[in-house]
Amino acid sequence: MSQLTNSNNQVDSRNIFGFWVYLMTDCILFATLFATFAVLRNNTYGGPSGHELFSLNFVLSETVILLTSSFTCGLAVLAAGRNEKKQAIFWFVVTFLLGLAFLTLEISEFRHLYIEGNSWRRSGFLSAFFTLVGTHGLHITAGLIWMFVMILKTMKRGLLVANQRRLIMLSLFWHFLDVIWIFIFTIVYLLGAVSR
Amino acid sequence: MSKLTTSPKSYLIGFLLSLCLTLAAYLMVSRHTSSNGVLVFGVVCLALVQLFVQLKFFLHLGSESKPKWNLLVFGFMLGVLLILVFGSLWIMYNLNYHHGGYPVSPANPDAYTKQDEGIKL
Repeated sequence: MSQLTNSNNQVDSRNIFGFWVYLMTDCILFATLFATFAVLRNNTYGGPSGHELFSLNFVLSETVILLTSSFTCGLAVLAAGRNEKKQAIFWFVVTFLLGLAFLTLEISEFRHLYIEGNSWRRSGFLSAFFTLVGTHGLHITAGLIWMFVMILKTMKRGLLVANQRRLIMLSLFWHFLDVIWIFIFTIVYLLGAVSR
Repeated sequence: MSKLTTSPKSYLIGFLLSLCLTLAAYLMVSRHTSSNGVLVFGVVCLALVQLFVQLKFFLHLGSESKPKWNLLVFGFMLGVLLILVFGSLWIMYNLNYHHGGYPVSPANPDAYTKQDEGIKL
């Protein structure tokens, strides 16, 4: 965080600290949703449980895509720190496309579940599942919109100090969503497949 | 400011380690290598290691100069998180138990609990 800003002394690290505090409160939001899911995960009300619904191969591909996008986002912010505008835009576009691929996969999974009659109305387990994974998906959507705006801004006005600061915050947000996803992958999908 | 945290090397190390940990967890579960208890323990441990890897190599937590406000807020969040998650699980487990246990709900929960706890009248 702050050592990234040190490369350009004009970037004020207090703003980034404020954003970090927001991320931590967002983490508590996810903690409540994880707690809800953990409490309700066995309450299937006679409906299907996790290991009948989820395909591990599918979720693994989602995970690898999101992880790769987190990596390319890191490369993008490094390029921005070196004031290499073209490279920064290139890596942010790659990150954006990977994020879009992840979101498409997630929506297709939700659609599939809904069509088969396993929507959030089916059981407590599925309500908790859709709330938790859907909230993460909403964050990804917000991140993608933000990233799109930032790519346009950087193209138009270049890597101004204000833009650099925003790009650092955006990258923090994106890495944070990847960290949340590790726990969704582990707790929802992997542990759902274990307990049968 | 250390050289590692501002170079692509940090991100590359973090990426490769995370990839290995994800694949390891996936293979453990999909091959069903051991008993359920061991699997749960192993998978959760792998996730925690990956959390540490990503915090260090992607979010660069802890590598800021003193005073480490970011780390302090993170620690506070972790405390709230643990109380929230384990508190919820503890309370809900107890409620389930005193309402006759899950998943088989006996017809007479009161008698069931007394029998289960060895209470003689």
